Amino acid sequence: MFGFTSKQLSGVAIFLFAIFIGVPLLIGLTGRWDFYFTLTSVALLAIASAGVWLTFYIGRINIGQGAFALIGAYVSAILVVKVGWSFWISLPAAGLFAALVAVLIGLPILRLRGVYFAMITLVLTQVVTLTALALPITNGAKGISNIPLPSGVSIFGIPLLPDFAGMENTKLAFYYTACILMIITYATLYRLVNSRLGHLCRSMQQNEELASSIGVNISYIRIVIFAISSFFGGIGGAMFGSIAQSVYPSSFQVADSVNFMLNCFLGGLGFVFGPMLGTLVLYFGWDLLFEFGKYQMLIYSTVLILIIRFLPNGLLSIRFGKGGDK
Amino acid sequence: MTPLLQVKNVTKKYGGLTANNDISFDVAENEILSVIGPNGAGKSTLFKMIASFTPTTAGEVIYQGERISNLKPHIVARKGVVRTFQETTIFKSMTVHESVVVAQHLRAKASLAGYFWGSKAAQEDVRAFGKYADELLEFLGMSEISSEQASNLPQGSLRALGIAIGLATDPKVLLLDEPFAGMNHDETMNMVKLVRSVRDERGVTVMLVEHDMPAVMNISDRIVVLNFGEKIAEGTPSEIQNNEKVIEAYLGSVDDEIGM
Repeated sequence: MFGFTSKQLSGVAIFLFAIFIGVPLLIGLTGRWDFYFTLTSVALLAIASAGVWLTFYIGRINIGQGAFALIGAYVSAILVVKVGWSFWISLPAAGLFAALVAVLIGLPILRLRGVYFAMITLVLTQVVTLTALALPITNGAKGISNIPLPSGVSIFGIPLLPDFAGMENTKLAFYYTACILMIITYATLYRLVNSRLGHLCRSMQQNEELASSIGVNISYIRIVIFAISSFFGGIGGAMFGSIAQSVYPSSFQVADSVNFMLNCFLGGLGFVFGPMLGTLVLYFGWDLLFEFGKYQMLIYSTVLILIIRFLPNGLLSIRFGKGGDK
Repeated sequence: MTPLLQVKNVTKKYGGLTANNDISFDVAENEILSVIGPNGAGKSTLFKMIASFTPTTAGEVIYQGERISNLKPHIVARKGVVRTFQETTIFKSMTVHESVVVAQHLRAKASLAGYFWGSKAAQEDVRAFGKYADELLEFLGMSEISSEQASNLPQGSLRALGIAIGLATDPKVLLLDEPFAGMNHDETMNMVKLVRSVRDERGVTVMLVEHDMPAVMNISDRIVVLNFGEKIAEGTPSEIQNNEKVIEAYLGSVDDEIGM
């Protein structure tokens, strides 16, 4: 069906069952309601990481996803609080605005390769933070707080999405929303990578000169990919802002940008679903090490170094060998 | 008959250094033309300008009546003038078959969105690309290494892969960058045969930059000789062999070698 093997389909089915039914059941049984917030965060960070992974796919190291997440969070917050839009319309708008910014920034900087591109993107997060501090519309250091919960959506009186404010269990609602967004993101990513655009990206990743000699418009594809990547960042950031009901200039920092990149490394750059696993492991790994107190960072970094040293193709390479997808 | 490709007064300067000075020659359809010259004569620079990998300082390259110099490489490739590289420039972690498939993307009939949703036209393209890749690899005698990863190939096969990638774009003019470099006599002879069949059976006009004199004399219809960035001679292999300026440029080393 749809060109998938039955093994792949059953894998997807198990995964969907686990996150939509398994997790809520387990949380209900154990009473660990805080896990909803953790898992929602993982899902949203995984969306932003998917974007970073995509820029890796055209051979660019992107340490600037925090910038686009922050842009997305602010755009959505401003549209909801100051303009009075529904959150559900502000969400794609936030993604599109982040993509637009990515096109403008990408035009000059995407010519750079390797460490030079990485260095510029590293600065981006700080630039957006400082811009948010300076602009009147973003309310400076005070940020935007008291963002209302997403309102309901109905067309011709038929409710499509419920009003979050009227719900008893917003945690579960946000968890489901984040998971659905994550699934759409990764399904998109999977199709993209396995379609012609993905093949062209791969040719560029391996040799830009040769790619252009076979007629690939490399500067155009670079921009398109960077825009899609930042769109994911904007979506992730906007959703985060809505859950936290506030956005501050420090909501996404350089460290977050670095984490987005690490998620991709950890999961595996050769695997579409790598960043998803990477985000989960990294997020939970950090929390689990909390008990070690002041040694938390030391153990965490040592383990990361060891993983990158001994599993350069990421965690998924244990299961799937080098380089396969899915 | 108007020439397929014309190099008109092309000059390239890098700062104070003149790599190519006022070079002009024509390339007829279906011919094999070699550009030779001692190291540093400006052969590679000339190739880069024809494929628009670098802009000209002055002069222009005309292909089928259109200027193709000072454009972008992908635009020139789309018009049908495609260059190959020396062996290190390949898609390292793709297989031979994958490389040839991806190089056919210009022939795609379905849109990128069509590919994303997996439309009928896209599926048709994918099938056609795979089939053509098989045919092309068989034509080049590479069927056996079809599923080999490019980074594992020996030098000779890499050169052939480069030509396969170039051919997959369905070019009118193929620019080969030192196709015989580092090959022994037998390998060179095989490659000469291959390049000829590319011209004879696929109707591709071939230009090549090369150091290997015997091979060049064997394969070329005409030869252009560069020395210190200037064109010093142009003509058939036998004309070139007897050209005094050429012999002088190669310090007489050429006439020992050409008794092939």
